[in-house]
Amino acid sequence: MSDLLDDLIEGAPPEEPTPIKMRVQEKIILRVVGKAVVPFILLFALYVQFHGDYGPGGGFQAGVIFAAGLILHALIFGLDALRRKVPMIVVELGIALGALLYGGVGVVSVLMGGEFLHYGVLDAHDAAHGQHLGILLVELGVGITVAFVMIAIFYSFAGRSNR
Amino acid sequence: MGEQAMGPAIEAILFLLMIALAIQIARIRSLFAAAMLFGIFSLLAAGMQTMMDAVDVAFTEAAVGAGISTVLFLGALGLTTSTEARPVHHRVLGLLVVTATGLLLAYGTLDMPAYGDPEAPIHQHVAPHYVVDSTAEIGIPNVVTSVLASYRGYDTFGETTVVLTAAVGAILLLGGVLARDDERADGHEESDA
Repeated sequence: MSDLLDDLIEGAPPEEPTPIKMRVQEKIILRVVGKAVVPFILLFALYVQFHGDYGPGGGFQAGVIFAAGLILHALIFGLDALRRKVPMIVVELGIALGALLYGGVGVVSVLMGGEFLHYGVLDAHDAAHGQHLGILLVELGVGITVAFVMIAIFYSFAGRSNR
Repeated sequence: MGEQAMGPAIEAILFLLMIALAIQIARIRSLFAAAMLFGIFSLLAAGMQTMMDAVDVAFTEAAVGAGISTVLFLGALGLTTSTEARPVHHRVLGLLVVTATGLLLAYGTLDMPAYGDPEAPIHQHVAPHYVVDSTAEIGIPNVVTSVLASYRGYDTFGETTVVLTAAVGAILLLGGVLARDDERADGHEESDA
């Protein structure tokens, strides 16, 4: 039964699992608790992302927490389970997308008549609103890049130990 | 016990625990235990930074130091043995070098202004402007976010680019889409490495 569960979640079992991975896969408590906790970690990351203007945290912390949630998922359910949900091509596009969003806000602020990354011009009526919008978008760019960078580095390291 | 005495007491306990952990990390031979102790050390450092009212820094320390680094340590441990080899060189020499470096660093702090001194140079330049005017200029209450994302937006853009470059390096050296396709082409046959 446990093997069947593994096959359903993992696909074919690996030929020679690493000792740490094998030990984790046997823990049914870890699997159940992990399944319950990971969504809340991801939700907390989004809270840190979009509440950074008012409390501690911001894009960098949110990205790291989001990646930590997904990495916890990979540690419990296996690297391949995460790779199917978040393929490498998505990770690589996400890394570039975040930085492009950050730079794009700068370019838009130039096009609207301000200096590079001068968010005040983003709102024609109230400079503070423009600043708020710019910070929100820029922090989102940081969050996206950091989250996918952490996952990419994790993939690079963890992928090697599978060979 | 008043709040005045609580702060220094908690800081002293955190410091003592961090020193004990550092000694234990240096002594311990099991790399798995050392990686876990590193994570606890980072968590204590985050607690220390919270005591110093640097909650944003503490947040980063807890997430990166105790979270991601521990995972990367474990990932690296999967590629090597779980016990550190006996050192071939003399350990007393290392202790002398570390002690001398520590004393030099402590000597260097003697010139620094006292912790929290409002007359310190760092609090005289642009900091008063950020603290007084940022709420009116940017419109958000967290001054740290205002400084990082708006006043110092160029620096944060640069830092994001640095993080991006780190991932590009890791992907190029350790494998990305191309390496994954190679794995698929090889099938499940075990490599000889």
